[in-house]
Amino acid sequence: MNELLKLSLVETVKLIKSKKVSAKEIIETYINRLEDTEKYNMLSEKNYDEALELANKIDSKKPEDFRPLEGIPIAVKDIFCTVGNKTTASSKILNNFFAPYESTVTKNLKNAGAIVICKTNMDEFAMGSASDTCIKGEVINPWTDDFSKPLTPGGSSGGSAAVVAISGACFSLGTDTGGSIRQPASFCGNVGLKPTYGRCSRYGIIAFASSLDQAGPISKTVEDAAYALTYMASWDKNDSTSVNIKMPDLLKNIKEGIKGLKVGVPKEYIIDGMSDEIQKLLENGRTWLKDQGAEVIDISLPHTKVALPCYYIIAPAEASANLARYDGVKFGYRAEGPFKDLNDMYCKTRGEGFGKEVKRRLLIGTYVLSSGYYDAYYIHAQKVRRKIAEDFNSAFKDVDVILSPTAPSDAFVLGEKKEDPINMYLNDVFTVPSSLAGLPAISIPAGLSKNNKPLGLQLISNKFTEDTLLKTAFALEEAASFTHRPNLEK
Amino acid sequence: MSDTRPYKITGKTGSWEIVIGLEVHAQVSSKLKLFSNGAASFGSNENENLDLLDIGLPGTLPTINSFVIDQAIKSGLALNAKVNNFSIFDRKNYFYPDLPLGYQISQYKEPIISDGYIDIDINENDSKRIRIERLHLEQDAGKSIHDQSPEDSFIDFNRAGVALMEIVSHPDLSDWDEAGDYVTKLRNILRFANTCDGNMQEGSLRCDANVSVRKPNNALGTRCEIKNLNSIKNLMKAIEFEANRQVSLLESGETIAQETRLFDANSGKTRTMRSKEEAHDYRYFPDPDLLPLKIEEDRIHQISKTLPELPAQLKERLKSQYNLGSYDARVISAELETAKYFEDLSEGRDPKQAANWIISNLFGKLNEIDKSISESPISSKKLGKLLDLVNDGTISNKIAKEVFEEMFMSSKEAKEIIEEKGLKQISNEDDIEKLVDKIILENETQVNQFKEGNTKVMGWFVGQVMKLTKGQANPGIVNKIILKKLNN
Repeated sequence: MNELLKLSLVETVKLIKSKKVSAKEIIETYINRLEDTEKYNMLSEKNYDEALELANKIDSKKPEDFRPLEGIPIAVKDIFCTVGNKTTASSKILNNFFAPYESTVTKNLKNAGAIVICKTNMDEFAMGSASDTCIKGEVINPWTDDFSKPLTPGGSSGGSAAVVAISGACFSLGTDTGGSIRQPASFCGNVGLKPTYGRCSRYGIIAFASSLDQAGPISKTVEDAAYALTYMASWDKNDSTSVNIKMPDLLKNIKEGIKGLKVGVPKEYIIDGMSDEIQKLLENGRTWLKDQGAEVIDISLPHTKVALPCYYIIAPAEASANLARYDGVKFGYRAEGPFKDLNDMYCKTRGEGFGKEVKRRLLIGTYVLSSGYYDAYYIHAQKVRRKIAEDFNSAFKDVDVILSPTAPSDAFVLGEKKEDPINMYLNDVFTVPSSLAGLPAISIPAGLSKNNKPLGLQLISNKFTEDTLLKTAFALEEAASFTHRPNLEK
Repeated sequence: MSDTRPYKITGKTGSWEIVIGLEVHAQVSSKLKLFSNGAASFGSNENENLDLLDIGLPGTLPTINSFVIDQAIKSGLALNAKVNNFSIFDRKNYFYPDLPLGYQISQYKEPIISDGYIDIDINENDSKRIRIERLHLEQDAGKSIHDQSPEDSFIDFNRAGVALMEIVSHPDLSDWDEAGDYVTKLRNILRFANTCDGNMQEGSLRCDANVSVRKPNNALGTRCEIKNLNSIKNLMKAIEFEANRQVSLLESGETIAQETRLFDANSGKTRTMRSKEEAHDYRYFPDPDLLPLKIEEDRIHQISKTLPELPAQLKERLKSQYNLGSYDARVISAELETAKYFEDLSEGRDPKQAANWIISNLFGKLNEIDKSISESPISSKKLGKLLDLVNDGTISNKIAKEVFEEMFMSSKEAKEIIEEKGLKQISNEDDIEKLVDKIILENETQVNQFKEGNTKVMGWFVGQVMKLTKGQANPGIVNKIILKKLNN
C-alpha cells in the first residue's frame, strides 16, 4: 500500500502544509485506491474530476493561506446534499435528484479546504444496519475473506465506513440515527463519532428521523475524529434544532489522560445471549481504562431494555411524515402513467420508488401515529424516551463517561438477517439509548473477534462534553492499540 | 348583555335553536411565509414566490419567521385572548399534490393563543359575547389548477407555506346574522390590528362553519361542517340553508349524518363533500424539526404597546371626541376606511354633518354600485369641499345633494359642477324680493288664505320661489322675505 494511505488525517494535513507532497498527488493516490477497490461497491458517485481540479488550485497556493483541511480528500454519505453531485439517499425515488443547495456540514468542510472525492452507498434513507438496501446493491465489508460469503460493513453508513477501512479517504461523513455511524465503524475497524444532537446542522441532510439524525465523522483515529468534528459542527440558523453552545476545544486536552475520570459500565448492557468475545471485549475495556487511571464503576440505566422498541416507534413515526414529500409530484421518481386517479399515481410511485425496508418502516410509523394507537405507541414511546434520558442524567451525576460494546456481534454475512428484521434491529441495542437521549457517543476499534473481524467499544458522555468523550476515547485507543487493517489481497 | 334573540326557524313542530361555531382562516400580513423566506404576496406569476422548503426539497428545514409570531400575538391581544408562553407546532399528515411536504405544519394541542372573545351587537343597547377557543398558526397549501389541460393538472405553490391564523370560536352563535356579524367584527379587528388584510376575494380570510340544530334546551344535535366559505354573504346563506335543511330532515323523522359539506353559491345549497367515515386520520404529532415555541412575558408586553386603536376603542373615541351618537359611532367605526374617511372629512367641519353625509348619502350611493368606501369615486377631500360650499352659503343642502349625485357619476369637483350648471345659490335679497312681490301679486287666493290664519300656505310660497329659481334661492332668505311681505 502506498505510504500516503497509511497516514492519519492529522498527519496528512501536516504533510500537505509542508508542501513535501502536492495536493494533486494526494488526491490521485486516493483516487487510485478507490479505483482499485471497486469490488466493495462503496461509491454512489465519483467526484474525481472536480477533486483533481481543486487539488491543482491548492498547489498554486502558498501554505500560509492553507485552511485547516486544505486538500484533504473526504468521502460523503449520499444523504448529504452536495451541489454538482447526485444526492439519492440510495433510493430509487431520488435516483436522479440533483440538489441545488449544499448541506451545512459539507459546506463547512469545503470552506475549511476539504475535497469531496466521492459519495458513498448507504442503506436506503439510512434505514438499515447492513448497507444491504442500497439502490446500487450491497456494500461489501473490506474485511471479507470469503467472497462467496461477503460480510456486511454494517449500516446505514456502510459505504462511508468501508471507504475509510480501505484508506479511500482521509475521513468520511456518516449520519447516525440509532447507531448508523458507530455500528459500521465497529464492523469496519474505524473510529465513528456521533456528536451531541444539535452539534452539526441537519440542514441539507435528507431526513430519516428528525429528532435523532445527527452527522458525524468516520475516521482512522480518535484524534482525526476530533479534528474532523471541529470543522463540521456549527450553529446554523437554517436548523432550529442546532444548538448555539460553543464547542469545547477538542484537540487541546485530548492527550492529557484520564486520571481520576469516572467511567460507568451499565449492568443492563450485559444482555442475555451476549457472546463471550463481546463480554471479553468489555472486560478488556474496563481494564484498559482502569490502567490509565480512571475509576470504573458499575452503574444502572434501568430503562435500557425498552430503548429499542421505543426507538422503533419514534424513528418510523417521524420517517412516515419525513418521507411523505416523495410523492412523484414535484421532483424525484414518478411511475409510468397513465394513472386511474391520484391515488393510483401515489401508490405506484411510492410502491415502485421505495424499497422493502423503507416501506416496512413507513407502515410502522403510520400505524403508531394513527388514531386509536397513537397514545398506546407514540405517546408511550415519548414517555419512555424521557425516562431513558433521565437514566443518563442521573448516571452522569456519578460518572463522566459510560462504557459499553458498540454492537452485539462482529460483522455478519450479508443477507443473513435480511428476512429477519427483528434480529437486524437488535444490532442497534447498544447504540439506540444514547441516540434517544441525544448524547455524544463514539465507537473505537478495540479488538478482533474469533473470526478475526474488528470489534468496537462504545463510549458515551453527557451532552456537549465531546472533549471529555474524545479524551477518554483517545486513552482507550492507546490502550487497545488496534493496528489491524483489512487484507485486501484476496 | 343579553343573549336572547328570537329563534330564526320555526318548523312544523315549533321553534328550533341553531348552534354555530366558526373556524376562520386569516392570512397573516407578512412579507415572508411562516417557515421560509418565500414571499407571501398575492398576484405573482405561478410558482414565483418559492423558497426551497415551499416545494419540500429534501434536507430543507422550517425555521420560524418571528414577525409572524409577533402578528399572532398582536391578534391574540386584539381578541382579548391569552398568549401562551409555550406552544407547539405539529405535523398534520395527509397526501395532496398541493401540500408539498405531505403534511401541514400546524398547531394542535398547544396553540399560541387561547381563550379570547368578541362582543357582537345584538341591537342598539345589547351585545352578545362570542367566545374564541383558540387562535393557532399554520401553513397554507398551494393551489391545484385543473382547467389548463384536459389530461394534466398543474400546481401553483406560491401560497404554500404562507402563514394562516386559524381562529376557532366556541359554538356560541345562534343564527346566520350573528355569524355574519361575528366575522365582520373579527375581520375589522384584525384589519385594525394590521395583522390580516381581510381581503376575502383574494382568499385572505376564509371560513368553515359547524352547524347543528336542536329543540330549545335539548342536547346538541349532530353537526355538519361547511368548508371554504369565501364571503360573509355566502357564509350567511350557507348557514341559513344548512340549518333549514337539518330542520326539514329532523321534522320528517330522518337523522343528520355527521359530514363535511360544500356550499354552492350558484344554487345556494350545501352538498356532501365527505362523510365521517371518509374523514382523514391526520396523525398529528409534534414537528421534530421545530422546537416548542416559547414566548416571554416581556415580548407580549412590548407588542401590547404597539397595538393600534381597535374598533371598540375607536367607537368610544368617536362618541367622546366628536360627540357622535351611538348609532353613528357604530357605523363609522365598523370599517377602518370609514373611520379614516370620517376623520378626514370632519377635520375643520361639523362632525355630525360629516357623519350624516357619509351614512345617509355616500353609503347609499356606494351600495347602489356595490363598492366599498375605499373605492368611492368621491374622496373625503372632494366631499369636504362640497360641504364647505354648503356651509358658506354658496349652495343649499338640497342643491348639494344634486351636485353630489353628479360628482359621483363624473368624479368632477363640486365647484366645477356648480359653475357648469349655474347652481350657485341666490342670496341677493333684492332679487328674491322682486320674485316674491311678483308671486304675491299674481296669487291673491293664497295670500288671503294666509291672512285667514292658514300658515301652512307658507310652504307653497317657498315652493313657488324655488320653482322659479330652480331651487337655487337661499331658503333662509326666501322664508324671511315671504314672511315679511305677507305680514305687511
